Amino acid sequence: MTSYRLDKGGLIDRSKPLSFTFDGKGMIGVEGDSLASALLANGQMLLGRSFKYHRPRGVISAGASEPNALMTVAQGGRTEPNTRATMQELYEGLVAQSQNRWPSLNIDISSLNSLLSPFLSAGFYYKTFMWPAGLWERLYEPLIRRAAGLGKATYEADPDRYEKCWAHCDLLIVGGGATGLAAALTAGRAGARVILVDENAMIGGGLLSETATIGGVSAVEFAGRTVAELESLPNVQVLSRTTAFGWYDGNVFGAVERVQKHASEPRPEVPVERLWRIVAKQAILAAGAEERPLIFGGNDIPGVMMASAMRAYLNRYGVAPGKSVAVFTTNDSGYTLARDLEKAGLRLVAIVDSRRSGATAGVYEGSARIINGGFVPDAEGGKALSSITILQDGRKEKLAVDSLAMSGGFSPVVHLAYHRGGRPEWSDAEATFVAPEDHKGLSLAGAAAKASGLAGCLEAGARKAEALLGKLEIKADPAAFGAVEGDIVAAPTKPVWIIPGIKGKAFVDFQNDVHHRDIGLAVREGYGHVELAKRYTTNGMATDQGKLSNVNAIGLLAEARGVSPADVGTTTFRPFYTPVSFGALAGTSHGKHFQPVRKSPLHDWAVKNGATFVETGLWYRSAWFPLAGEKTWRESVDREAKNVRRNAGLCDVSMLGKIEITGKDAAEFLDRVYCNAFRKLPVGKARYGLMLREDGFIFDDGTTSRLEDERFFMTTTTAYAAGVMNHLEFCAQALWPELDVRLASVTDQWAQMAIAGPKSRLILQRIVDQDISNEAFPFLGAKDVSLFGGKLSGRLFRISFSGELAYELAVPAGYGEAAADALMEAGNEHGICAYGVEALSVLRIEKGHVTHNEINGTVVPTDLGFGKMVSATKVDFIGKRLLEREGLNDPNRLQLVGVVPLDSGTSFRSGAHVLEKGAEATLENDQGYISSSCYSPHVGSTIGLALVKRGSSRHGEEVQVWNGLLNEFTAARLCHPIFVDPANEKLKG
Amino acid sequence: MASLIPCPHCGQRPREEFTVKGAALVRPAADAGRNAWLDYVYLRDNPRGRYDEHWHHTSGCRRWLVVTRDTATHEIEGARDTAARTETVE
Ligand SMILES: [Zn+2]
Repeated sequence: MTSYRLDKGGLIDRSKPLSFTFDGKGMIGVEGDSLASALLANGQMLLGRSFKYHRPRGVISAGASEPNALMTVAQGGRTEPNTRATMQELYEGLVAQSQNRWPSLNIDISSLNSLLSPFLSAGFYYKTFMWPAGLWERLYEPLIRRAAGLGKATYEADPDRYEKCWAHCDLLIVGGGATGLAAALTAGRAGARVILVDENAMIGGGLLSETATIGGVSAVEFAGRTVAELESLPNVQVLSRTTAFGWYDGNVFGAVERVQKHASEPRPEVPVERLWRIVAKQAILAAGAEERPLIFGGNDIPGVMMASAMRAYLNRYGVAPGKSVAVFTTNDSGYTLARDLEKAGLRLVAIVDSRRSGATAGVYEGSARIINGGFVPDAEGGKALSSITILQDGRKEKLAVDSLAMSGGFSPVVHLAYHRGGRPEWSDAEATFVAPEDHKGLSLAGAAAKASGLAGCLEAGARKAEALLGKLEIKADPAAFGAVEGDIVAAPTKPVWIIPGIKGKAFVDFQNDVHHRDIGLAVREGYGHVELAKRYTTNGMATDQGKLSNVNAIGLLAEARGVSPADVGTTTFRPFYTPVSFGALAGTSHGKHFQPVRKSPLHDWAVKNGATFVETGLWYRSAWFPLAGEKTWRESVDREAKNVRRNAGLCDVSMLGKIEITGKDAAEFLDRVYCNAFRKLPVGKARYGLMLREDGFIFDDGTTSRLEDERFFMTTTTAYAAGVMNHLEFCAQALWPELDVRLASVTDQWAQMAIAGPKSRLILQRIVDQDISNEAFPFLGAKDVSLFGGKLSGRLFRISFSGELAYELAVPAGYGEAAADALMEAGNEHGICAYGVEALSVLRIEKGHVTHNEINGTVVPTDLGFGKMVSATKVDFIGKRLLEREGLNDPNRLQLVGVVPLDSGTSFRSGAHVLEKGAEATLENDQGYISSSCYSPHVGSTIGLALVKRGSSRHGEEVQVWNGLLNEFTAARLCHPIFVDPANEKLKG
Repeated sequence: MASLIPCPHCGQRPREEFTVKGAALVRPAADAGRNAWLDYVYLRDNPRGRYDEHWHHTSGCRRWLVVTRDTATHEIEGARDTAARTETVE
């Protein structure tokens, strides 16, 4: 054992050593240690450098509020910066690195900042880096970030698993100390569904550092027995290592469970962290109270720590804080520590009590020197505490100590109770901010409320559980416990915000290096409002969110402004209570599980045919099908497009949205959701439809077929499939619930393939049983067909996106691959090829067909030449009234037009702007933009569709196309947007 | 982070299953005046406090609901099916 580990005592197992490294140096701790206690046991007091002044820092707390002992733990993808050494359980092989130091913890160049500190005062960043503003991004911010950043995150992928879950209970208890345990026992025995969460590895809270006895057994044993009983109850769930970090509407609590953050090698089948969302009918916040630091010069020197923390290291971890210790207190609780230090045989140099009257009678019976009415204005030392200065009645005295405990009284931990708004109020009697005991759905109990002492907390917890279960009509008897002995109940005392006679830097916020003069400066410069002071001084920011500093800062603001803390108030409490990892928030949604992958029923057919896939939204679509010897995608796409126009091609269009619409009013419904007429669409016919938004702009397009009188089959674009379905459901349910109409999304039920090209009928007829000659099944036909001699039923539509003679065949999804195989085989002798979305796109641009490139939220039907489609006779349809607005009928609007380069050797791209010939590229001269472009193997050059001012009346005009990114100009001509078969003869043949 | 919505068909369900559309307004009659239509499409009250909104139980029963929500606290007062004009589930 090292010199700071006591021979006995504590909840550690000295027979189980654990080796770990700190800044590369090998050290040994024991099972039960936190990283902080192990470092202290090894005599490592210097644990990091501070944020702004790079001052040496040690550990100040033993729990969640730690502002100083932040380190980077673990390596590779598991690297976790800003880990609180006080919360990290020690494990075999743990690797810890200090932060904020360069080149090393012992010699840190930036500690020169301390000498520059007059320039680093509150508001420094705002004042210094104001001007010129243009330098912010390039110079100031990187500079500040390098100098002031905390730990650095890794760029490597996190190898571990995370998960999320929900839980429901009658009573959630946050905090497993005396109060929480008493509440859980009361509720558990009553049969209520109870969840108890506590952020520590061992449940027990303050009981684990306690030397008092409860009912004749030690507090530690009491905690152990109670947890054992709770765990034996099937209706109680005890979650250790679980921090409740937020309270949300619906009485839902967010909590993160660190399942394996203490494991040397996490088991891969179990997540390292689990994010809980706990729905509680009632909840108790039993988070205890936070001890306040005292503000004196050098209160940040390694060796100065909170009295309660020192007690935890001593009693729970068996670690001596130093070789000669002093206690500086404003209240009786400091004497509990004094008593325990003496019991452990440590040298207690002095107890400095700010109260002239000293301790309450009977509280302390030890032999240490007591300095009543005394203060510690300054502590001295560099990387470790060496002495303190004591001020009593104007006299100063120096005492050599290597450890100093401080206690400025306690503030209840009420954060969670204000995550949904509101703020706690100052109480002069309690000398702190307090919260009302009962909020809707969440109540406070124990030290988080006003209870003090172990007996008081046990009773408060039990009573609160009884009362809350009463609201749920669950009868409970408050758990009763034996007498508590050896507990010192410290009554609240008047806070001492600032110690008189300070010479050195007295820190208010350790993590952000805010010292007491910064607060005064903020007030003098007009930033005395509590929310402004926070931003101006940075007090209460960063990872600890001012758990130790906020109340002190408010006290100092109050003093500087000459008002009560009640008039200053607190800043806003927001989730998260302590930092939550992105891993836990993401859960399983990362990497390939970030979003689902949708594969068409024809996916395997496409794979078999050698498709290159492209991700569009969630879908994997076949983009093109390269043949051996084709070196570029363009070669494949040109071949596919040409082959469709010459012979035939098969393209997977299964990802189009498909909606079945049935009911007596189905036709009427379609009439209202499309701007064109559908009511008189004959059975067996398909029709192109345009759907508008209520503001008159085009929402989506597609074909809808009437299969029976009261049965329609709608297709939507791939991208808007879900949106159209939601919209139609809104129309049916919210706008016209009186219509008899039912909607079913059948996108996944059908495999759909386009068979296009002059030979498509020949090929299809080989597998379709019915006659599909032009006479029997003309353009825009739609009907159920039987296939393969009656083996299969499908739906056949004679529609064309390519402008060729074309069909779309839908078969039940499971038969898609077989049907496509059969068509390819039947088409072999006719030269059929598979074609992908790239060739599909070339074919549609050649025909001037629009997609969401053109339907981009800014176009109305007339812009695309669809003006005549809009029904003039329908009484109502979505978008009718606002489409009538003057601006949407302005002849100067951008209209669809074709574009070709004058020189077929030149080209342009989508997004490029159209300018008049010879015009400068200015905003005023802008005529519109290219919405779609491709190389057309049939035209023999690049072609484009564009939205251009008055475009439909400018065919033949020479323009220039300007690519602003490359500053390229291409001479071009506006033309009719249909480049192939403008009379549309082929598709009707 | 949280929020449970009491779907009248599915019970209390997490917010992630729903899609919000916005204020639950009544669509004007086809022959209503231009201003009524402009109000419906563009103008919103944006109150601090109680607000009726259309929410779609997208990953559930796929019904559109009228959810009464407090915009300041996110507290949900109740929800009813948009087609059932009166009943509210709390
Ligand atoms: Zn539902």
